[in-house]
Amino acid sequence: MKALRDRFNLLMSGEGPADRVVPPTGFTASLTLFASAVMAFLAVFALALSLATGRLAHDWGAELARSATLRISAPEDQIEAQTQAALRVLETTEGVASARALGSDEQRALLAPWFGPDLPVDDLPIPQLIEIVEDAQGFDAAGLRLRLQAEVPGAVLDDHSRWRRPLVRAAERLRALGWLSILLIGGAMGAVITLAANAALAANAQVITVLRLVGARDVFIARAFVRRFTIRAFVGAGIGMIAGCLAIFALPAAQDEGGFLTGLGFQGLQWLWPLVVPPMAAVVAFWATRSAANRTLKDLA
Amino acid sequence: MIELENVAYSYGGGELLSEVSLKLSPGSFHFLTGPSGSGKTTFLRLCYGALTPTAGHAQLFGRDVRDMTRDDVAMTRRRIGVVHQDCQFLDHLPLAENVALPLIVSGRDTLQEQTNLKDLLGWCGLSHRAKALPPELSGGERQRAALARAVIMSPDVILADEPTGNVDYEMSQRLMTLLIELNRMGKTIMIATHDLGIIRSTKSQVQARVLRIVNRRLQLAGADL
Repeated sequence: MKALRDRFNLLMSGEGPADRVVPPTGFTASLTLFASAVMAFLAVFALALSLATGRLAHDWGAELARSATLRISAPEDQIEAQTQAALRVLETTEGVASARALGSDEQRALLAPWFGPDLPVDDLPIPQLIEIVEDAQGFDAAGLRLRLQAEVPGAVLDDHSRWRRPLVRAAERLRALGWLSILLIGGAMGAVITLAANAALAANAQVITVLRLVGARDVFIARAFVRRFTIRAFVGAGIGMIAGCLAIFALPAAQDEGGFLTGLGFQGLQWLWPLVVPPMAAVVAFWATRSAANRTLKDLA
Repeated sequence: MIELENVAYSYGGGELLSEVSLKLSPGSFHFLTGPSGSGKTTFLRLCYGALTPTAGHAQLFGRDVRDMTRDDVAMTRRRIGVVHQDCQFLDHLPLAENVALPLIVSGRDTLQEQTNLKDLLGWCGLSHRAKALPPELSGGERQRAALARAVIMSPDVILADEPTGNVDYEMSQRLMTLLIELNRMGKTIMIATHDLGIIRSTKSQVQARVLRIVNRRLQLAGADL
């Protein structure tokens, strides 16, 4: 507990004398700043991707799951009777909110993209479609199929799961990839900051020797470096985060036709998510610099 | 305070020091002589925990160096002022802040110690250089600044490695007067030097013992010096 509090104090204590004992470094400072800004920029995009695909998977899953289609193919004289029988079965099926046989106008509209608007639907032996809307619980597709088989031999139930599943799975994979990218970005940032911190520690070997000689504890020496890199990473990530958010904000809004691509972005409270990026960057920098400093100091007299 | 018992130290290829036993009691004044390369600096390093003996035991303020953590060593160094032969400073900070560095790293209030710091700089003849950066200082000024830095914490022990190496006769006399003054206040002093003149003139003012490193061993030199 005490160690945790020490660490917190270490991070939060104001401009202390410890900061002055390490000479300022102009060039590496701006490189660290730049690297963390770039990483934060990318992290915002990965975050947007994860959230958008998550939303997509959820929407597709929910919309498609709530509707199903029953197709009745039967000799022309039996179609009407079988349709009625099927509707009766559906009415008594638990989980079905409503079922409705599509009229010939609607069926023609569905077929129009393939056969043109002048198709004489009534003269063709096309199957009758019944649109089923599920309630919140949903119905048991396997049970319904068995019942229909017995009572309406010409009925084929399509609950859309056949082509819904791969879509949802693809969206979920994309989301997982997004999170993985965020992790990798965090790791890469840790690596970059470790390299920068090691360079700074090596460049300041004399400072460390002098401080040790006059009785500085390791924690004092480490603090000077840790604070510096943590602040740099935080500020850099803040700049990158703002740039990333602006870029996403400037993307065209989601459209029905655009579907997935233009849906990339944040909605409502999701805009708060990028705010997590700079603190996370600071945490990564803190640990990276701290372990680098401790490793270096342990090897010194 | 500092106790060495059958201490040996080797840098890998053969022992540099062996069978060294010494007990530094409070208020004592020691000189350490010996040809260059005989291990004076190594001996001093053993005395402030920068090196751990390869054999035997070294105790600083009653604790064995081997059992001390890095933080323990750091805390011990606040009670031992060290002046190196090649004094190193923080080159980006002015002299005054460098001298006050032990106060800063130990978390002491430097504002409270301002008068102390001024007096000390004045005594070492560095008042006019307080704002100068270490690279701008002459060798003698660096030496004096290092001594000022070593004593600002009012340590119990002061270890100095050739503190008069780079300064003229008058300044070396002044430095020695400061060290003798500190010894009279009860501080333990150990000075490595090969300047016999310094040893002689000091012995007339204070009871000093002379240690000599001969053939890897520490000997108490006779009264002939």
